[in-house]
Amino acid sequence: MPPLLEVKGLHTEFRTGAGLVRAVDGISYTVEHGETVAVVGESGSGKSVGALSILRLIPDPPGRVTGGEILFDGRDLRSLPEAEMRRIRGRDIGMVFQEPMTSLNPVLTIGRQITETLEAHRDADRATADRRALELLEMVGIADPARRLRQYPHQLSGGMRQRVMIAIALACNPKLIIADEPTTALDVTIQAQILELMKSLTRKLGVAQIIITHNLGVVARYASRVNVMYAGRIVESGRADAIYHRPRHPYTMALLRSVPRLDQPRRARLDPVEGQPPDLTRLDEGCAFRARCRFAVGRCAEARPALEPAGEPGHLAACFRSAEPMTEEAAA
Amino acid sequence: MTVITPGPAAAAIAVDPQTWRQRTWAGSVLDFCRRKPLGAFGLAVVLVICLAGGAADWLAPFDPEENDFSAMMQAPNWLHLLGTDQFGRDIFSRLVFGARTAMIVGFGAAIGGGMIGLVLGVTSAYFGGWIDLVFQRVLDVLMAFPLIILALAVVSVFGTGVFNVIIAITIPLIPRCGRVVRSSALAVREIPYIDAARALGFGHARIVLRHMIPNVLAPFLILLSAFVGQAILAEASLSYLGLGVQEPVPAWGLMLQGSAEDYATTAPWIAIFPGLAIVITVLGFSLFGDALRDAIDPKLRNR
Repeated sequence: MPPLLEVKGLHTEFRTGAGLVRAVDGISYTVEHGETVAVVGESGSGKSVGALSILRLIPDPPGRVTGGEILFDGRDLRSLPEAEMRRIRGRDIGMVFQEPMTSLNPVLTIGRQITETLEAHRDADRATADRRALELLEMVGIADPARRLRQYPHQLSGGMRQRVMIAIALACNPKLIIADEPTTALDVTIQAQILELMKSLTRKLGVAQIIITHNLGVVARYASRVNVMYAGRIVESGRADAIYHRPRHPYTMALLRSVPRLDQPRRARLDPVEGQPPDLTRLDEGCAFRARCRFAVGRCAEARPALEPAGEPGHLAACFRSAEPMTEEAAA
Repeated sequence: MTVITPGPAAAAIAVDPQTWRQRTWAGSVLDFCRRKPLGAFGLAVVLVICLAGGAADWLAPFDPEENDFSAMMQAPNWLHLLGTDQFGRDIFSRLVFGARTAMIVGFGAAIGGGMIGLVLGVTSAYFGGWIDLVFQRVLDVLMAFPLIILALAVVSVFGTGVFNVIIAITIPLIPRCGRVVRSSALAVREIPYIDAARALGFGHARIVLRHMIPNVLAPFLILLSAFVGQAILAEASLSYLGLGVQEPVPAWGLMLQGSAEDYATTAPWIAIFPGLAIVITVLGFSLFGDALRDAIDPKLRNR
């Protein structure tokens, strides 16, 4: 069975006043049916742009997908006519946004926003759509769903609104859900609830998921595979536990060190990733991470390392030194 | 020694402890009248004029188009409350029926121009890019003409009469509405729920009509109330110039024209009363619109 989603060499550019920004610079990855894949990276690493490129929602101008293939369920999304693409959005691919406070329309009731999706995609009649909306709200664990259907977004808490967003994303039984930082705007306790909910629902319904996040803790627990992005490229890719326990790229290691760990002895202080992400308008031919890398050598300034097998089978890393043991002593 | 006086912030906190309660409809109308006496006056004028226009058949003591040559140019008296004109027509009755004409043209043009401007403005903001650019330049061209000049040009193409006057006033109102609505819509466009609607696969028409327009209705309604006043004034001007509503249809602008000028010294009531009607009505709509804006805009509340 071919993978559900196959992204090959995707390039997305933005023309800005400061110059051309290659926000996504040739990324390739696959998502199998029912699988959860995480895309991890700092702000500006291109993780959200990559996801929006799949749905062809990059505003043009200034943005533009300039290269690559996006095969979804056997069809190349880049060459589909807009009307076909519209049928895929919301029906085959659902999306959950970062900001539950502003992602729902304030002037429409919760019920209306769920049924509208159903009506737009399935020509469901009013009564069927209403029943389905009730069922969806129950499914995402909202108490007293009949009352909530008649309420407006401002009457719901952030966590509840994100549950509604999930209900809308699931309304048409999609094959894939793209969640763009679904928990960033929520309290920590609510974050776990939402993630657990998404995990159990996608598992139960067999929906594949792409979780975009900057939180590596999310990754370890909820994703089977992880793509780590830096400056528009995937720098490391592999199974979640391998990334977490045996990372092969210095950036991933630095990210992991910056996360507070409860399962290890407490150190005096956290170890943030030093420096700033690079300015994407002036990348040179060298490795984009070398200025912040503790293991950088002369070679790193000459060429950008390609994504190559490292460590266990299926594990890829884009670093010249990924085969060496990268310990404190190896740091230059 | 300095005496600390409570600042405006303290005053804002100290307002009526009842305001947090859900206000009833009648309560909020009363509240509006108390806070905005001028706005309440405007509202009263609007209601009186609407009532006069609507119930003209019952309110007017005489047929507004019937000549009575036995009672020409009578000064106001108990039979003819506001006097009669040079054909013996009752001025009060003509004013009441003139209110109907003013309402039809005022609301017709304001709602027509407002709706078209609303859709164009929101569409322009939603698509952005070159579509927005082209729309805005076309609106700029229309805006370059004063309202009355553009209306005159349209009348010279379509001709006179009530319906054509509505069209003539509708057209110059379109860019005035489109401009204001676009600026609100640009802000709405950037709120994530519009992107979310796109990600749900909704078509452009659905997003513009169902998701963007309802979110710019507050500024639109305020604009609309101001437009009614402007449209009434424009209709009166066109009729006065002889390019609007035609005799014998009763219209305020028309009543100011012709013999009203000829007999201004001998029978001033022929000109004074329709003039007063225009002034009070336009002022009323304007005051009401201003007060409505202050009441709806939360930033201006409690002032």
